[in-house]
Amino acid sequence: MTTVPIRETESHATATGAVPWHKYKAAHHFRNKEEEFDGVKLGMWLFLATEVLLFSGLFCAYAVFRILHPEAFTNGSSYLDWRWGGLNTVVLLVSSYTMAASIRNVQLQQFARAKFNLLFTMACGLAFLCIKFLFEYTPKWSGWFFVLDPALSHHEDSGKRALGGLFHFVEGYGGKRPGEWFDYPFSTDNYEHLWWSVYYSATGIHATHVIIGMGLIAWVYLRVRKGMYGPTHYTGVEMAGLYWHLVDLIWIFLFPLLYLIH
Amino acid sequence: MATIDDRNADTLGSAAGHGHDEGSYLTPRGGLITTIWDWATTVDHKKIGVMYLAAVLMMFFFGGVAALAVRTELFSPVREVPGEGITGQWLGSFLGNPDASIAENNNLYNRAFTLHGAIMVFMVIIPSVPAALGNFFLPIMIGAKDVAFPRLNLLSWYIYVTGSIFGIMSILMGGVDTGWTFYTPYSTTTDADQMRVVYMVLAAFILGFSSILTGLNFVVTTHKLRAPGMGWFDMPLFVWAVYATSILQVLATPVIGITLLLLVFERLFRVGIFDPGLGGDPVLFQHFFWFYSHPVVYVMILPGMAVINEIIPVHSHKKIFGYRSMAFASLGIAAVSFLVWGHHMFTSTGELAATVFSALTFLVAVPTAVKVFNWLGTLYKGSISMTPPMVYALMFLFLFTIGGLTGLPLATLSTDMHLHDSYFVVAHFHYVMMGGTIIAFIGGLHHWWPKMFGRMYNERAAIVFALVQFVGFNVTFFTQFILGTRGMPRRYASYVDEFQTLHQISTFGSYILAIGFTGSLAVFVHSLLAGKKAPQNPWGGLTLEWHVESPPSTHNFHKEPIVHHGPYDFDTILPPGWDPKDYPVPNAHEQAEAYAKAQHSHVGSSHH
Repeated sequence: MTTVPIRETESHATATGAVPWHKYKAAHHFRNKEEEFDGVKLGMWLFLATEVLLFSGLFCAYAVFRILHPEAFTNGSSYLDWRWGGLNTVVLLVSSYTMAASIRNVQLQQFARAKFNLLFTMACGLAFLCIKFLFEYTPKWSGWFFVLDPALSHHEDSGKRALGGLFHFVEGYGGKRPGEWFDYPFSTDNYEHLWWSVYYSATGIHATHVIIGMGLIAWVYLRVRKGMYGPTHYTGVEMAGLYWHLVDLIWIFLFPLLYLIH
Repeated sequence: MATIDDRNADTLGSAAGHGHDEGSYLTPRGGLITTIWDWATTVDHKKIGVMYLAAVLMMFFFGGVAALAVRTELFSPVREVPGEGITGQWLGSFLGNPDASIAENNNLYNRAFTLHGAIMVFMVIIPSVPAALGNFFLPIMIGAKDVAFPRLNLLSWYIYVTGSIFGIMSILMGGVDTGWTFYTPYSTTTDADQMRVVYMVLAAFILGFSSILTGLNFVVTTHKLRAPGMGWFDMPLFVWAVYATSILQVLATPVIGITLLLLVFERLFRVGIFDPGLGGDPVLFQHFFWFYSHPVVYVMILPGMAVINEIIPVHSHKKIFGYRSMAFASLGIAAVSFLVWGHHMFTSTGELAATVFSALTFLVAVPTAVKVFNWLGTLYKGSISMTPPMVYALMFLFLFTIGGLTGLPLATLSTDMHLHDSYFVVAHFHYVMMGGTIIAFIGGLHHWWPKMFGRMYNERAAIVFALVQFVGFNVTFFTQFILGTRGMPRRYASYVDEFQTLHQISTFGSYILAIGFTGSLAVFVHSLLAGKKAPQNPWGGLTLEWHVESPPSTHNFHKEPIVHHGPYDFDTILPPGWDPKDYPVPNAHEQAEAYAKAQHSHVGSSHH
């Protein structure tokens, strides 16, 4: 095996049982680290396959209902703003880059950069969720707009405020909800609630995955801080990265299917 | 067979773990509390397998009680007799409400068969062989110290328990009457103000997660942790079939995951994807449901076949017939299983689709028949020992063949129109699921019990109870074939008077079956309390688990085993002129020498 010169990380702790990467040995039932890495990677890819299959059900439902009720879908989609969707796409793509970069950083012992990139990836995840909840879900569900939402300027001010002026109410905008809760007064299609059902289910489950991914990255970040990952052992970083790329990939398919149809 | 190198001679030679400092995996390492904590936090695949076994047997008991309740209710039809009022309401009276109306009684009946179906499918049959026996033996059979992800393995056990708790909560809250298939729109509207349907659906969703993680673990274990010298075609066929099962679990279960999740959304958030009242499509639910639930039929039967793959060659002391075709048949069944979900929906899909699905369904018969013929070919001219595992294997062959052949009229469109949703279907899948998987599971338990717990059991009593089960099973379910062809529909609490005799025979059969299972349980309990100490290799098997102590040590092997021969090479390993009674004969050194000689004489033809 090639030897790697070990630079000490500016790590904050190694006392609490954390094994530094250059001393890491594989779990006892693996013959060596390489075999363990391969095994974990195979397991992760299988898990990603199950995730794709999980979403495949949603994509099937999307296809079926779009074929059955094309008008409902184009009409419903017209209420989505492609700019928010596009911005979120960019946010996730950038985060995928920083995630991949952090793996490279760990392999090259650039721990400060690795930590920055992991934090930046998490920040992107948070930004994605904020955009989704503040600028997309909330106004469509309830008619309440976040005060910084540029779309507010296109609507007449109803004068209603909430949370100390943080949210402004727009008359006749909310009610774009799934199933029987759909009560949007200007709806032109009887099946539009199905579109919203698919939209909320698909993006909601995707958002859950974003949150899980951020949790994984946070866990990896703490382990990088403890100096547990390095050139000869970076399994966790790589796996979190694979998971995060999947989250990105699913969105790459959701974005055009939801926002760019007409 | 796998023999092991000289390096390992001490493992092989010594009988049962005397003198090893490690002790067996069952040796307690402290007081009661320590031991319980030790088990609750263990990452040892053997302990996890035993924990699965305990959980599965407990759920089997609950599911069995529900089945007996269903059969008892069906002992007589519910009817109004002038002057006597309503008769035949056994469930209503039993649960303390003799004045229940017919509707209330029928409601109880619906909950009882849903309870039976959901428990038996999701909590018993699916985890029975893979999670209990597979966890214990798959790593040992490939010469590994553990599964690839031991902590994930423990997690899947806890997920299984959590799922079961959700199911039990749902039952305690009053139960579910949807049937285990949760068909919409009924499942989205029944008990609309209650959470118990949601809990039961979540239970199935959570159990699915456990199943995915176990499958994933086994796939990686099989790929990465095989001992040196064990190529893909040197693996025991148990491992092949469990591997095929694991692939199915990984690829099919996520689809039921999203389906059940959408069903929960449907009930909680009224999303309307499956509810026709909201513009949704109930047939879409059926497609999603069966896309998983048909492959899962093979998740249930393939592990049963896996067990039979081991029992038949070992107890007839003969090399398995058609090793490769067995391995490929497992994979073939797994592959075809994804293409036949539509045969559950002949009455709700278009004619063309139904025709295509019918044709594809017949394909399943090919690899399945290959397996049955190979088992028969193995028995032919073998030195068969009529041990309890062998008796179960023969029962399996008999019952599974009936179950398989009665599948053909159900796959044929014209006959299915008559038999659809009748007792014929009920009898068919009980012959496959119970006569197949459960019987194989119990047979496997008899086969590996000495290895798992280090104790022999009373073989004669075990055979007697096996036969009681065989008789009880056929009395219970063969009558249901007849009932079905005469038009008895499934899932009804009452029936016309003409069916009563057959229903009563079936009910008596279920009681005989219950006696048989109770007897088997007694045999095992007796074995734990007073069984003779088991030798290392009581049946004369050649796969790796018979080369470790009974019960195995914590790390299974004292040194990494090196595999020299196929798992069923009885002809090259056994000394010439051996007698089955001489077991356990060949010790490791003799085996290794015999192998070396055989190798020598086949140098030209020896493979890579």
